[in-house]
Amino acid sequence: MSEFLTTPDFPYCKGCGHHQIARNTVRALEALDFDPLDVILVTDIGCQGIVDRSFATHTIHGLHGRSVALGSGIAMGMEPGKEVVVYIGDGGATIGLQHLLEAARLNVDVTVVVHNNMLYGMTGGQPSGLTPCGFRTVITEEGSPYPHHDLCRLVHEAGAPYARRVLGLGDFSAELEEAFDVEGFALVEVLELCTSHALKMNPGLRLRELAEEADYEPGTWRGEARPAFRLEVKEGSRSSLLDAEQIHETDVRFRSSLDDRVALVLGGSAGEGAQRAAELLARAAMGSGLHATKKGSYPVTVGVGFSTAEVILSRSPILYHGIDEPDGVVITSEDGLKQNRERIEGMRGGTVWLDESLNAPETGAEVRKRNFRERAGGRNAAIYSLLTFVDESGVIPTEALVTTIRESSIEKYIPDELLDPFD
Amino acid sequence: MDGRTRRGTALLDGSRLIAESCARAGADAYIGYPITPASLIYGYASRRFPTILPAPDEITALQWMAGLSAVGKLPVSATSFPGMALMVESINMAAMMELPMLIVLVQRLGPSTGTATAGAQDDLLFLRGIISGGYPLPVFCVSDIDDCWSLPPVAMQTAVDLRTPVVLLTSKEMVMTERSLDMNRLGDIAPVRRRAYDGEGPYRPYDAGEGEAPPFLPIGGDEHQVRMTASTHNADGLLQHSSVEALANSRRLRTKVEAGTPPLYHLDEAEGAEALIVTYGITAGAAREAVEMLKEEGVPVSLLVARTLIPVPDAYYDILARYRGGEKETRVPVVFAEENLRGQLASIMFGERLPAGVRVVGDIGHMIRPADIVQEVLR
Repeated sequence: MSEFLTTPDFPYCKGCGHHQIARNTVRALEALDFDPLDVILVTDIGCQGIVDRSFATHTIHGLHGRSVALGSGIAMGMEPGKEVVVYIGDGGATIGLQHLLEAARLNVDVTVVVHNNMLYGMTGGQPSGLTPCGFRTVITEEGSPYPHHDLCRLVHEAGAPYARRVLGLGDFSAELEEAFDVEGFALVEVLELCTSHALKMNPGLRLRELAEEADYEPGTWRGEARPAFRLEVKEGSRSSLLDAEQIHETDVRFRSSLDDRVALVLGGSAGEGAQRAAELLARAAMGSGLHATKKGSYPVTVGVGFSTAEVILSRSPILYHGIDEPDGVVITSEDGLKQNRERIEGMRGGTVWLDESLNAPETGAEVRKRNFRERAGGRNAAIYSLLTFVDESGVIPTEALVTTIRESSIEKYIPDELLDPFD
Repeated sequence: MDGRTRRGTALLDGSRLIAESCARAGADAYIGYPITPASLIYGYASRRFPTILPAPDEITALQWMAGLSAVGKLPVSATSFPGMALMVESINMAAMMELPMLIVLVQRLGPSTGTATAGAQDDLLFLRGIISGGYPLPVFCVSDIDDCWSLPPVAMQTAVDLRTPVVLLTSKEMVMTERSLDMNRLGDIAPVRRRAYDGEGPYRPYDAGEGEAPPFLPIGGDEHQVRMTASTHNADGLLQHSSVEALANSRRLRTKVEAGTPPLYHLDEAEGAEALIVTYGITAGAAREAVEMLKEEGVPVSLLVARTLIPVPDAYYDILARYRGGEKETRVPVVFAEENLRGQLASIMFGERLPAGVRVVGDIGHMIRPADIVQEVLR
């Protein structure tokens, strides 16, 4: 008995083509001089998946259709020199087609051996995506009306360096050997007939004739040779996400007279810097000795529609960062007004700073119309509106915000004539 | 930390802290598939993790993670409900194969695709039943910005020690809202401790010996054969229909998580408390504020912030029993505060019908307000 095996026999039905695949796998591995522990056999759900116990290699048996993805993860994380052999049936290849294409595209170092008996054998003989037109199965007694996928061509198109289709008769270990030897992704599709289901439904069917009629001709599809995919480890070059400069770490340089808290809502249009402006306000407040939170609210479609930022500035730590009734609302655009109209209408006090172009909703807040958009343009309206807010509310020193802006990456986009009046 | 003895403050979101914390704790790879509101973590991980892999879908992501974990790496991913739903079968596989990994689940408003940019606490019941058979998967929950830093290493260590996928539960408002943080608050993070099987062999991958979690050996080594399987199996990792040995192995999957998951929680007890508030996740902040508001009104209230959610620690039942009394008597009300409609932690602890004295304050579409909690306590 081969050192690759733990049992002389395989747990398959008499006459099943799976026997030939297992035997030829062993022959090919022996010919390449592998040691059993050089090989990781990854099996799928289906009859091929019960073979693990017969192999003396490493074995791992996962989910239906996912053995290629599981084997890919294994191959990606291993040092070169090991052979990851992935067994899968035509049913598994159908449900997990994406994994085959992905492994071929990335050139993951696995050899996939497709046990293509053109039906789901373990569950009673239903058709798969590889069942050829006219092939009779338990649920297509008149013959399957659908065309089949051509796996070899699909993985070839996806970038596989090597794809091969063979008839599962006799010795095809040389073809498997060639596949195991490929650097990166290789696929061998072995055509066979399920003795329990295919022959019962298609009496007298011959594999060779079926392959010819169904355009399932044996063949080889060679792609460009390229390095196998390996995990790229960038350990040494990675710097902390908490690097002081990266996170704009700040010390207290200014003094705020705020002794309680202020909750501010800034409403504008997506792409006009509302979130960034609110961040700068929060950082300026932190530089003035306050605690701050900044919550963003926007539709999923980044770049279109409203963009609302909620900022809380507080003398004491902020436990809850929601704003139920704001002290101030700053609106720079129609989008921002629409999104915050209900909130403004519900205000019983506080102040609303509204762009001059907009109509003020009914509100209990004091409304101050200001010229944000015309004066600063859409791009700078948000930051300009917050300068106005800080200047008029006195929550923090205006100098704190101006300094924070000047030290930020957006400084170069802001004309001096906008900032200078606040200096 | 970072070579400075005294640091300042910074405006940070939870995603950044979670990614940095995972990297420091020794995460080997981040496997990503973009989804709001988890994508920030993906972005940070791409700049910080030793390696990242963009997966073509969440099923592939989990399978790649399982493969990497099988060869001894510690992988991390973050997703939201729609992605997590796709991962479920593969998480079951990883749990059965006993493969350590960390999945950060960032909750958003459901059902279905719901509102991707709105927060929620919708997924705890889903997590409780995520493994077929009701086997527990450890779930830890981030309740404040400090937890974003300190919990990932605990979750990763638990994954390694118990050989299991672990979920770190959070939500949009925790990972995307920016908060001022005194950087001096962040302690050091030690890498996760891992130990591989070093016996004479033959290695039996699911032989836990006297313990609950078997020693781990990566697949593919030169010394010992390693077998793994997602199907019902014996200690050798060989598929079996329903042998005594195999079923005992499956039972162990439950006991190892129940016995080995650290019970993490924070309990603030007030003398003469007139209620106990029980909360977790994003609502913890509102609950803390509610406690302060009630205190100012002269109503002392105790607060239990749960960090270990699954398996539910026995301690929670003991604490609650002290407040609400026995089955028939009610001493003081116990109020669960969660951002969902039914009180999912309350449901897990007490079933569909809450016992006398146990109440829930919850809603969808907005964070639970401190005033809502106050009102429920005073009702």
